[in-house]
Amino acid sequence: MASLNRQKNKRSDFGASVEARRQARRWVRAEQRVVVAVFLLATLVSVLATVGIIYTLLRESYGFFQVVSAWEFITGTRWAPLFEPQAFGVLPLIAGTLLAAGIAGIVALTLGLGAAIYLSEYAPDRVRRIIKPVLEVLAGIPTVVYGFFALSFVTPLLQSFLPIPVIFNVLSAGIVMGLMIMPMVSTLSEDAMVAVPRPLRDAAYALGATRFEVATKVVVPAALPGIVAAFILALSRAIGETLIVTIAAGATPNLTLNPLESIQTMTAYIVQVSLGETPQGTLVFKTIFAVGLLLFLMTLIMNIVGRWVVRRYTERY
Amino acid sequence: MEHKRPPSGPASVTPQRHSAPTTTPNSTAIRSTWRRWRDRFFFVLFFASVAIGILGLAALVIDVMIDGLGVLDFSFINSYPSRHAEESGIRAALFGTIWITVGTAAFAIPIGVGTAIFLEEFAPDHWAVRLVQLNISNLAGVPSIIYGILGLALFVQAFALDRSVLAGSLTMTLLVLPIVIIVSQEAIKAVPGEFRDAAFALGANRWQVVKTVVFPQAIPGIMSGIILALSRAVGEAAPMLMISSLVFLTFIPSSPGDRFTVLPVQIFNWVSLPQPGFQAVASAGIIILLAVLLSLNSIAIWIRNRYQTRY
Repeated sequence: MASLNRQKNKRSDFGASVEARRQARRWVRAEQRVVVAVFLLATLVSVLATVGIIYTLLRESYGFFQVVSAWEFITGTRWAPLFEPQAFGVLPLIAGTLLAAGIAGIVALTLGLGAAIYLSEYAPDRVRRIIKPVLEVLAGIPTVVYGFFALSFVTPLLQSFLPIPVIFNVLSAGIVMGLMIMPMVSTLSEDAMVAVPRPLRDAAYALGATRFEVATKVVVPAALPGIVAAFILALSRAIGETLIVTIAAGATPNLTLNPLESIQTMTAYIVQVSLGETPQGTLVFKTIFAVGLLLFLMTLIMNIVGRWVVRRYTERY
Repeated sequence: MEHKRPPSGPASVTPQRHSAPTTTPNSTAIRSTWRRWRDRFFFVLFFASVAIGILGLAALVIDVMIDGLGVLDFSFINSYPSRHAEESGIRAALFGTIWITVGTAAFAIPIGVGTAIFLEEFAPDHWAVRLVQLNISNLAGVPSIIYGILGLALFVQAFALDRSVLAGSLTMTLLVLPIVIIVSQEAIKAVPGEFRDAAFALGANRWQVVKTVVFPQAIPGIMSGIILALSRAVGEAAPMLMISSLVFLTFIPSSPGDRFTVLPVQIFNWVSLPQPGFQAVASAGIIILLAVLLSLNSIAIWIRNRYQTRY
């Protein structure tokens, strides 16, 4: 009987603890529900950021395009919102931007691809482990420092053997920007090259190919989607870069292909207006949203294409 | 470089010399020599691209050092900007940078890590979730100046925060948020699935698993990602240029509502001044900026090496 009693007691204890456990479990569930709700709100911030960017750019651009026709904006060859007579043809800014990014692209593709081939096909592991982080330091240096470097070192260097009329020129800015985006090209390309399977190389070596032939006829073609994507993403970075071109390339909207001249990029124009005395809400102030919208669309398309190339064309071995 | 020399060279030359009697006797040998020389030439060329990159970095550092070391002393760190180059200092910008960095961290860390945990651990496989993920990688590619435009229109004007530390921090938060999210997601993904399974098997629910198993394991990766994101915030000039503008500040911000300037903006200001003395001042500012970034990155690397476990 005593033992039965004890069992009864135990059972009632047990009953209480079941209740307590249920309570605890309810708390745990409630906590999870609250936490997930909070995290969901956090996730919405990045969605709101995109909505905010698009809404802001569209709203102010809409005001701009009510005064200046989109056709005039896209096809006009003179950009002079700050002077009389005003002109709102964005082509000089696009030309300046593409010229600077094009020079940077040539520099970054040459150096970056060469470095990637060296690192993945030639360099011993020990050397690669030292060189890769050193190159990546280049990507971490603030752009304002590159701007100073372009103005105080590269431009005087170029002036010593090229007829550069004024101190501001797009060549210097482009070269330095190329140096900045080179690690992006080399790292992404090298990743693509390392992913090319060893047997493909061995097969080519077995046929008597030299390292150069293996690199250019086997590895680079197999890694081409990765390399193309790296190049596109790096170019998009160069198009959106602001400080180097603001400091070293000048503030002269100039429809030219001459790399020795001073130009103005879209980004540099946005900086110029936002630092100037232009009152907010005026037509001139609205131009930075129209130019910003164009810049946003250009880089967005390039980023989407870059990622699409990787997904669509990457060979799976 | 000896270890993977390919079988070109003499081995492939000798047999060919015997086996080509009908054609020009030496054509294959010449071709082979030419191929070997081409191989060597391009080896030099590929190595040169690495060398140019490293030399560019070296030239940059040396150029800055030569210009700036003469100006760099304690009074430079402790003085406010001035119209006279020799009296100019970086105190306002240095404290402004600290304010902005702390403010950015206060917003970006909880929001970014929260997003990463939600997307990795709680979000269902749904088209809306995939869209959010795609959106985050697109945000990472948006030029920083666009964030400046957004900050100017949204925080400075619409929220009427004026050109304050708070407006700057919020703008910078949006800019670094994609980096924090993506790096945190990588760190969370790296925690092995077995850890989760073990905790689930003990009856833990999803949040308990995240709280007690996944998150503690992912902290080192998340931390080094956060520091890298913050070092991006420290060096970023374009959006801060738009938010803070080129102000001549002779005070340190004392509350989030105060005006501010940051190191890159101050440096840009000095670089664009025509008087020759300011080039040296700009270089000294760059040395400080690079030193701050170097220490931040060293901390990130140290955390990664110290705490990261490989499975």
